[in-house]
Amino acid sequence: MDYKSNNNTLLEIRNLTKVLGGREIIKDVSLSLDKGDLKVLIGPSGGGKSTLLQCINLLHIPDKGQIILNGKEVSFKKKKEILALRQQIGMIFQDFNLFDHLTAIDNVAIALRKVKKLPKKKAFERAEIELARVGLSDKLHAYPAELSGGQKQRVSIARALAMDPVVLLLDEPTSALDPELIMEVLSVIKNLSESGMTMLMATHQMSFVKNIAKEILFMENGMIIEHDTPKRLLSKKSRTLDFCSKLA
Amino acid sequence: MLHSLEVVISSLPYVLGGAVNTVAIVVGAMAFGFFIGLPLSLVQVYGNNILKFIANIYVWFFRGVPVLVLLFLFYFGLFTLIDLNISAFWSAVLVLGLRGGAYQSQIFRGSIQSIPEGQLKAAKALGMTDVQGILYIILPQVIRISLPGWSNEYSIVLKDSAIAFVLGTSEIMSRTHFVASRTYEQLAMYLCAGVIYFILTWAGVYLLKQIENKLKIPGYTI
Repeated sequence: MDYKSNNNTLLEIRNLTKVLGGREIIKDVSLSLDKGDLKVLIGPSGGGKSTLLQCINLLHIPDKGQIILNGKEVSFKKKKEILALRQQIGMIFQDFNLFDHLTAIDNVAIALRKVKKLPKKKAFERAEIELARVGLSDKLHAYPAELSGGQKQRVSIARALAMDPVVLLLDEPTSALDPELIMEVLSVIKNLSESGMTMLMATHQMSFVKNIAKEILFMENGMIIEHDTPKRLLSKKSRTLDFCSKLA
Repeated sequence: MLHSLEVVISSLPYVLGGAVNTVAIVVGAMAFGFFIGLPLSLVQVYGNNILKFIANIYVWFFRGVPVLVLLFLFYFGLFTLIDLNISAFWSAVLVLGLRGGAYQSQIFRGSIQSIPEGQLKAAKALGMTDVQGILYIILPQVIRISLPGWSNEYSIVLKDSAIAFVLGTSEIMSRTHFVASRTYEQLAMYLCAGVIYFILTWAGVYLLKQIENKLKIPGYTI
């Protein structure tokens, strides 16, 4: 693919390939994110969106390809570099994956304490700030089971942000939510984007995509088959337009 | 009838002394079994194939052989063979612990597998190592989820500990047997032993239930 890196390029993925269970799930995928970009991955289920996102923060180790973060290529073989990359790239999951035995504030604070080695007091102060940012100051001591889906997802966003990531990956963050709860999560993501956070997000929330995404990457059968601005991609005959017209 | 009561009452301090030894055996065996069972369960879930294979053989051996055979095998067989001079008490702790470890590993394994996989993934995504993820995210939940099964395991080990009397351990059963055969008050004495086991079972299960309630996560049901 014809992505050229420039001085603003924060994250660059080159020719990524991943084989799982004998099948090529990701085929030679390249993309790049500039500072402050919000790009979205769209495409049918099973097309490789989740796997791609999990390859980018090395939850799956790619079989081929390069990941270049801040101009430095990350080695997939060095445990230290893998852990460092994961700290810098935040991940939001479809089903939240909050730690069930911890309160909201502990969910946010635990990695600050155990990974960043902050003292308890500092970690809690930071966690409180991040939870306030997603509008959950009144739920600090609630357990995940006591929160709604939208609240859970906002805790997971706060948890990721507390680590000061330079890039945030979001894997269909609203698709497990009731229609009425989707907006509260999307508005948090929108605020983040406006404040300059660099994000790559798999989503099918088209009105959101049209309004704030810089680019749509359409992914099918493990490949990015189309990519362009939402405006251009949705105004001509394209696979993306065809797909989106079938969404509710 | 009156004689029976007299025998029971006068031998009670002696038999209860045996109960202290029973409790010591059971607590020792449960603790030992915990330190075998927990790593074993981790190996069974996260280990490579060779480690899993070894863990499986261990579990099948200790689950497949009767406790009486195990006691004889270790106390009269293995310990004699390797010239290990170990008391009947410690042999009972060791054998019940080794066997309990096999059973406990299955309780923990089930608990680990019941925790959604995504939580470990989320821990790693935050930069935690596998060990940190298991230590801070998985195990605290495993302990909670395992408590009911563990309480059941306690009640089984407590009653199985009576078999330790064949080694000559001075616990409830051997002391009861000693008094019963000397006074010919078998019915009364064994009934008394049964009641003591019943009370110990109830007290232990009650205590573990209290711990379970204390550790319970609000709103969280499995």
